[in-house]
Amino acid sequence: MNIGNFFKISFKALANNKLRTFLTMLGIIIGVGSVITMLAIGQGSKKSIQSQISEMGSNMIMIHPGAQRRGGVRMDASSMQTLKLTDYKSILSDAQYVSYVSPVVQSNGQFIYGSNNYPSSIYGVDADYLEIRQLSVEDGDLFTDLDVQTNAKVCVIGKTIADNLFTNGENPIGEVIRFNKIPFKIIGVLKSKGYNSMGMDQDAVVLTPYTTVMKRILAVTYLESIYCSAVSEDMTEKAIDELTEILRENHKLLANDEDDFTIRSQQELSSMMSSTTDTLTILLSCVAAISLIVGGIGIMNIMYVSVTERTKEIGLRMSVGARGRDILTQFLIEAVLISIAGGLIGVLLGVLASVAIKMFAGWPTYIQPWSVIMSFGVCTLTGVFFGWYPAKKASRLDPIEAIRYE
Amino acid sequence: MNENVIDVVDIRRDFVVGDETVHALRGVSFTIKQGEFVTIMGASGSGKSTLLNILGCLDTPTSGEYYLDGSSVRKMSKDERAILRNRKIGFVFQNYNLLAKTTAVENVELPLMYNSKVGSAERRRRAVSALEAVGLGNRLMHKSNQMSGGQMQRVAIARAIVNDPAIILADEATGNLDTRTSFEILTLFQKLHQEEGRTIIFVTHNPNIANYCSRNIILSDGKIKEDTYTQHIMNAAETLKSLPIEDN
Ligand SMILES: Nc1ncnc2c1ncn2[C@@H]1O[C@H](COP(=O)(O)OP(=O)(O)O)[C@@H](O)[C@H]1O
Ligand SMILES: [Mg+2]
Repeated sequence: MNIGNFFKISFKALANNKLRTFLTMLGIIIGVGSVITMLAIGQGSKKSIQSQISEMGSNMIMIHPGAQRRGGVRMDASSMQTLKLTDYKSILSDAQYVSYVSPVVQSNGQFIYGSNNYPSSIYGVDADYLEIRQLSVEDGDLFTDLDVQTNAKVCVIGKTIADNLFTNGENPIGEVIRFNKIPFKIIGVLKSKGYNSMGMDQDAVVLTPYTTVMKRILAVTYLESIYCSAVSEDMTEKAIDELTEILRENHKLLANDEDDFTIRSQQELSSMMSSTTDTLTILLSCVAAISLIVGGIGIMNIMYVSVTERTKEIGLRMSVGARGRDILTQFLIEAVLISIAGGLIGVLLGVLASVAIKMFAGWPTYIQPWSVIMSFGVCTLTGVFFGWYPAKKASRLDPIEAIRYE
Repeated sequence: MNENVIDVVDIRRDFVVGDETVHALRGVSFTIKQGEFVTIMGASGSGKSTLLNILGCLDTPTSGEYYLDGSSVRKMSKDERAILRNRKIGFVFQNYNLLAKTTAVENVELPLMYNSKVGSAERRRRAVSALEAVGLGNRLMHKSNQMSGGQMQRVAIARAIVNDPAIILADEATGNLDTRTSFEILTLFQKLHQEEGRTIIFVTHNPNIANYCSRNIILSDGKIKEDTYTQHIMNAAETLKSLPIEDN
């Protein structure tokens, strides 16, 4: 018998029973669609957390004064003043695995413009800080090296500050705001970053040269922290080792002395966060695995039942001369057509559902190619197998047994 | 072609149901010559269907030999038996066994679908002429669920003759039909027998029908009780004319 006849037989069998064909396909559509949607929600949440972490900065390394706190022992004030400008200078000149470095000093207070005021922090930093935190100036300019050398009273402000001080839509650039009575000229506005994953407003910042904060506001000689960027994520460990060495040498620590500073990295933070996301991933993988199993069992059932219910038809076809392999070829073609068509529609619906969830519920969804391939593959293979297997069983019967089958 | 189209030797068929064994056939032997029109009769449960299914290669005997056209069916593979059913046997079931939701012509085409020697144009032509032969030339595109019992049975007969078989086997082909339709079907079989010389085996529980055939085998409890040749074969077409015409 030629293959054209097989396709004719299969198409007729499918077309003559549109409802059964549709219901069988529905099992596969729902199986594939729900698995894709589930995985898209899981992957989406994971990705959004990851991107929030990476938005914090680029391969960021944070150095704070004082030893690592253990068991809540309070440190005396002098131990909090161990980071000096010389440390910053040494890192700047000696560190190989660090691409950007900036000192950070901070002061809290009120910003005043006209009759508006807004409480926030002013950060004294170097221009590198913007690279480290992945900030960029949207309007105006950043302060220059000259500004740093001259302790210039210039600042770059975040969107939230601009919105709260300049309520009449004035252009902030060139305006002068006061911080604790000291006038600062605004030379730039930062590009908005929105809220971070911890719900903190990343736009409520004012940046000014670190020398300005150290000399004009705080009158201190030590730094609150030093922020660096490792040259690459892989180099973070090496960079930390190198920074430790530089600082220990600068601080003239002996071999047995503990570090009088603490180094944390974004990588550490992200691995801390990823343990949270891993729990989420495991949970969602379980949900996906269950949907896959439920979908698979659904497909299995509907295929098995619909083919088993056709045992009589199989007997009838054999009684007029169909051989076992003719029956198998027909049912295999039917199962493949139903499964692939159902699988493709399922993929389409799964993708649409993921997009709809993103649009209407606002949940982050992300469809990974492997999740599509896996759910399509598993469901179609299940469909084909359970379309083939009962047909195989039936085709081994004597025709009269198959015809009599109830 | 072998003179003895069918030769069965001591056929037995046991069915195991739970712990019990049902002996449906307890040693049946006979030969049927080319061109005979045989009825097989007997009480319900006497083994008629079981015997006919074995003759139609739809079932396998527990023991005994069955030679169809001289070759042993027992020694054949499943595929060879399938080809045999496809080329040499036309089987009419009591309950029609048509494909659901499928047109008459497609139902009749079915055996030819499994015969690669028949192309699609020839397949259609032969199905149409088989349907015309059973008087359904005007019902080609009717689906099986849009037809009466008599029409469905005629489609089943058309399907049985479309492959030009050596033997036609009918299991109570008139069992579900009213008297008039039964005689119409019987007339059809007589025509196939007399005009085309086909070998026909017709299972029935209606003793009246035996008068229209050339030979009558009576089964009782899985054995042959009587095997007689009819002296005066009656003409079904004439009986049909004499029947009162019902309005339907
Ligand atoms: N598939 C089967 N399983 C068990 N017993 C069967 C089966 N087919 C037939 N029989 C038994 O075999 C005997 C003969 O059945 P059958 O050939 O159908 O009789 P008939 O057609 O003459 O009425 C009956 O007793 C019936 O119960
Ligand atoms: Mg019977």
